Amino acid sequence: MKRLSRGPFVAFLVVAWIAAVLVGLAVGGTPLAPREVLAALAGSGDDTTRGIVLSLRLPRVALGALVGGVLAVAGAALQALVRNPLADPYLLGLSGGSGLGAVLAIVVGVESAWALPGAAFAGALAAIVIVYRLAIVGGGALDSRILLLAGVVVGAFAGALVSGVLAVAESTGARSAMLWLMGGLGGVGWAGVAALAVYAAPALAVIAREARSLDLLALGEEPAGHLGADVARTKRRVYLAASLLTAAAVAASGLIGFVGLAVPHAVRMLRGHDHRGLLPSAFVLGGAFLMVADAGARGMFAPLELPVGVLTALVGVPLFAVLLRRSGRKAAA
Amino acid sequence: MFELADVTIRYAGAAAPSLDGASLRVAAGECVALVGPNGAGKTTALRALLGLVPLVSGRAEVMGRRSDGWPRDEIARAVGVVGQREEPAFPITVREAVEMGRYAHVGPWRSLGPRDREAVERAMRRADVTALADRWVETLSGGEWQRVRVARALAQEPRALVLDEPTASLDLRHEMELFELVADLVRRDGLAALIVSHHLNMAARFADRLVLLAEGRLVADAAPVEVLEPERLSAVFGWPVAVQRLSDGSVQLYPERRPLTHQDGDRNR
Repeated sequence: MKRLSRGPFVAFLVVAWIAAVLVGLAVGGTPLAPREVLAALAGSGDDTTRGIVLSLRLPRVALGALVGGVLAVAGAALQALVRNPLADPYLLGLSGGSGLGAVLAIVVGVESAWALPGAAFAGALAAIVIVYRLAIVGGGALDSRILLLAGVVVGAFAGALVSGVLAVAESTGARSAMLWLMGGLGGVGWAGVAALAVYAAPALAVIAREARSLDLLALGEEPAGHLGADVARTKRRVYLAASLLTAAAVAASGLIGFVGLAVPHAVRMLRGHDHRGLLPSAFVLGGAFLMVADAGARGMFAPLELPVGVLTALVGVPLFAVLLRRSGRKAAA
Repeated sequence: MFELADVTIRYAGAAAPSLDGASLRVAAGECVALVGPNGAGKTTALRALLGLVPLVSGRAEVMGRRSDGWPRDEIARAVGVVGQREEPAFPITVREAVEMGRYAHVGPWRSLGPRDREAVERAMRRADVTALADRWVETLSGGEWQRVRVARALAQEPRALVLDEPTASLDLRHEMELFELVADLVRRDGLAALIVSHHLNMAARFADRLVLLAEGRLVADAAPVEVLEPERLSAVFGWPVAVQRLSDGSVQLYPERRPLTHQDGDRNR
């Protein structure tokens, strides 16, 4: 597949992102025309529309932009770290850990609004610590292959525990835990958006600082070292930053799959593997993708709402398959 | 430029040390070839020089400074390395691969400037890969990819080169070109070059000195004519060899034909 040059690609990102914001603000139980959305954003129009756009949908759209961006950056960084294009932020045991945390919180009957996200975050942190400890080999170095395996086994263990707990728990709590885990951007509000933004900024900066080292790591650890990367430091920092970003995204919105796998791939195919360009582009495109997916989840069966994680997979998989086919044909040509 | 002094290295779980009190020196403007049988400790010696393995004892220095104390980006500005194996996990072009040689110069934030691009072009010309610049690395032959990696090491504008079996997949012309290129860099630019090679004849033609290792120990360190003695080589490699002196004073080695005996088979089993 031919890569886009920088100008058209940046224009594509800007247009896609703005369009996604407008779609996110327009679609929902009360569909709005683009003109009404723009009027509300400008502070004019009727009170009801302004309330819907500014108070209900804008924080949700902002959360989508942030969570989608964070998941895409974490995915891109982890793919380079473990030198595996199949790596996904949830592969490293985080989904299992956070799921277990959330389910346990419901089963023991913690009631506060922050209980579920808090417990999911704690579960994800526990998974991060265990996976990290398992993947530390002789001399304190992080072994990427063991990291991947440790993530899978910790995830499987936590998944088994979740299934066990759900099997013996009373059904309403179990159902609400499952629904929450399936992902959604509703009910967070500006405080949640701000908390995630403040939390994510330093972790994103850490990953951005390692962008060139991630380019080099794609060649292999030893060549990366020869070309100036501090491989042990890069692996440690990127794993922790990407995991903490993912844990925060899970706490904010449950498990939203596929963004962290597909979006970095799409950017790699469209623009190449230079992580200095890839990471910010993945952030923008991941956000746009999730904003549109969330609009679809709200609009398709309104007033019912689909879990957005269902829609990201339903939309993302065919899109991804098309991209794969095109790049496969190119490689075979 | 490079110095190993009485270095011992033992990998975790290994019965014997991979390097056992080995010493070697490479000065600026000198080309040294590290030779020896498989498992002699050649690659381990390179890794020790570059500060990539912990030493049990001894000292490893690059330009008078302990190798393990160098930040990786600083050492990458001083030493260009072409290792044995490398396979990119994602598709990149030849130009992108060679540009990575400049990363240690530009740091994490700065973009490649005109000087960096000039260094990349010069390196690609010297390694004869300019015509491949826009090709995907995954479409290159083994020999082409090897030359791209040499170009990348040259783009680092290093003061020393380390090459681990650099001509393993090169045809005759490109093998000769690579050795001539290294010889030129050593002679004209005053680089230090340390080459691990199984091609003893080529090493003898181009290197100022041969360092012969066996079972982690230094066996000989001298001019090729002094190191390539039939009895010594036959003992180290476990195979009879003859050595012939050419009219230009250099020596060439010929492994002798000898049908395998049952004893050989038993030993290899």
